Amino acid sequence: MYRYDSIDQQLINERVAQYRDQIERNQAGTLSDDELRPLRLQNGLYIQRHGPMLRIAIPYGMLASAQLRKLAEISRRYDRSVGHFTTRQNMQLNWPKFEETPEILGELASVEMHAVQTSGNCIRNITSDPFAGVAPDELTNPLPYCEVLRQWSTFHPEFAFLPRKFKIAVNAASEDRAVIRAHDVGLEVVRNEAGEIGVKVLVGGGMGRTPVIGKVVREFLPRKHMLSYLDAVLRVYNRYGRRDNIYKARIKILVNALGVEEFGRQVEEEWSFIKDGPTTLTDEEFDRIAAHFAPPAYETFAGDDASYIAALATDKAFAAWIRRSLHAHKVPGYAAITLSLKAPGVAPGDITDKQMEVVADLTDRFSFGELRVTHEQNIVLADVKQSDLHALWTIARQHGLATPNIGLLTDMICCPGGDLCALANARSVPIADAVEKTFDDLDYLFDIGDVSLNISGCMNSCGHHHVANIGILGVDKNGEEWYQLTVGGQQGNDTAIGKVIGPSFTAEEVPSVIKALIDVYIEQRTPSERFIDTYARLGLEPFKQRAYVGRDKRKPAPAAEESANV
Amino acid sequence: MSKIIKNGQIVDDAWQVLKLAEGQTPESVSLPDVPTLLPLAVWAARKAEILANGNPVGIWLDSSEGPEAIANDLADFALIGVNFPKFADGRGYSSARLLRERYGYKGEIRAIGDVLQDQLFYMKRCGIDAFAVREDKDIEAALAGLNVFSDAYQAAVDQPQPLFRRRTA
Repeated sequence: MYRYDSIDQQLINERVAQYRDQIERNQAGTLSDDELRPLRLQNGLYIQRHGPMLRIAIPYGMLASAQLRKLAEISRRYDRSVGHFTTRQNMQLNWPKFEETPEILGELASVEMHAVQTSGNCIRNITSDPFAGVAPDELTNPLPYCEVLRQWSTFHPEFAFLPRKFKIAVNAASEDRAVIRAHDVGLEVVRNEAGEIGVKVLVGGGMGRTPVIGKVVREFLPRKHMLSYLDAVLRVYNRYGRRDNIYKARIKILVNALGVEEFGRQVEEEWSFIKDGPTTLTDEEFDRIAAHFAPPAYETFAGDDASYIAALATDKAFAAWIRRSLHAHKVPGYAAITLSLKAPGVAPGDITDKQMEVVADLTDRFSFGELRVTHEQNIVLADVKQSDLHALWTIARQHGLATPNIGLLTDMICCPGGDLCALANARSVPIADAVEKTFDDLDYLFDIGDVSLNISGCMNSCGHHHVANIGILGVDKNGEEWYQLTVGGQQGNDTAIGKVIGPSFTAEEVPSVIKALIDVYIEQRTPSERFIDTYARLGLEPFKQRAYVGRDKRKPAPAAEESANV
Repeated sequence: MSKIIKNGQIVDDAWQVLKLAEGQTPESVSLPDVPTLLPLAVWAARKAEILANGNPVGIWLDSSEGPEAIANDLADFALIGVNFPKFADGRGYSSARLLRERYGYKGEIRAIGDVLQDQLFYMKRCGIDAFAVREDKDIEAALAGLNVFSDAYQAAVDQPQPLFRRRTA
């Protein structure tokens, strides 16, 4: 992974000093709370329901074991010994003290970490494929692209005060695992007919109050032009994106208002002035960065490991875990493993300090000292030898990190919700917990198979509910918590926005409604169909019908409100 | 006389900023005798009259006004103000860069409006070289905002080469 040179380190150190000074000026009364707000947000600090929340950047989800150990130490010293992984592959601390946040940033800087631009109306953390570099279906490793973008976007002088936040994701595999179609800008690394490498540029996707699938604005952009073209995209957005209404300020609204052709024309015009300028990416720089992501020193194996095959045959629990947790690796004899952070009774994405240390140790022992945080709020060890899998599982299981539910109903994406987040309309973690309790029979979960269930506590959609097969959205109706359900969303190459099934439900009703939706699938499926396939064949109606059987007629919830960052 | 930051120093400054009051129109507002940054609309409506005065000319662009409108007039200006109605309105950063990088304007670009210490570094990078720091703020303290970072990744007005072109050199 990328390691800082002296300049990278110096810039991060200077950022800590700047932030410390800002907090001191705020406490001295010379920098008002309103003036501090965008500054602290651009250092990841929110003021939440119970106090501050600090969102720590994990660029494209990559962590070294030493960094995870530092996060464990920070969570213990400055928080309640728990961290929460987010859908931007970042980590949130929910209980830091305001006055200690400069110290925390100082600690982070000591391991080449920071909280830069994890909030605010600026370019946010770049996200990517958790199987980058090892996935058999990738064209190339997307992470050097991500790091090039990280440096370009960090402290970008022109785009620190955009109309609204700006999220970029990069995919380089044939299957999109980075949700690039639901980003302000999605980049797909591709080759053109001449064999040159570059990116396809999607623009104007996003979730939030108005979910939109991104549109292709440029089919092929040579790699060297990536940064200047994005400068042009951002400049058009910065100048012409709406600033009068926070709910209409994302780039998707501008793209829809202009039409993607006209938006693209404006970008091309802008770009024509800066194309081939100094921002043109050099091969030397790309290679310098790519060298940081060179494959580790793999051993050579002829084929599958015999002890691993034997264990699969004799140990049913291990085999079940492997079936859900293993992702194929491009190198024979290796596997990528997802450690589930969706154990029963635990808030999705939460990890304790002890677990962080265990994962760091596992990473050092079994996966070349590096790990990835996924946008689905789990952890990937990407480079595990088959012969080590049973030992890895044995330890992971002892620490609640081996629930065999990856991709199943209980592998929910879930935001912190109303228990912690000041923006939320409703709580989300108790809903996840209730769903988990309703579906606690593993054999039943295995039988249901692949299905995604995501929960957001408000229209900001941090829980990605729009792109879930079953989405749950918390809404506020006259001060009461209600939950609106969507069906038929999905991520990946066929990204789709789920459809609202009808009037919203109480928290108590949600598990039985989910059960009703699953029952329709179980009854109607063909042997080869996943939930989403049955939905595609039958449409919304049978699911909708069943969801409301025996329930009172009720009025639809009022339009849910998206709230702004505070 | 008020003080501004100009080329990294605190200096006295005599320029006023004219904003059209309710009921005033660009055509009818009286042009002050003192050095004044005029609204774009006044310049657009009364170029000949303003130039005939023989005084140094300054205008200011609001955040919704792009430099395209004055691209052919730049030689007429002693200085151009870029207004930040709220510091979180980032359009002025693009305006300043366009003035410098696209239209080659070499004169003073002055940030006016909600101009605060913590935005000065990015403003400077975008080609703004004078700062009318908001009056209730300590301009001496604000000076520190110009030099928060010792380097930067991106190409911009103050450093036209991105870090990656200098790193390997």
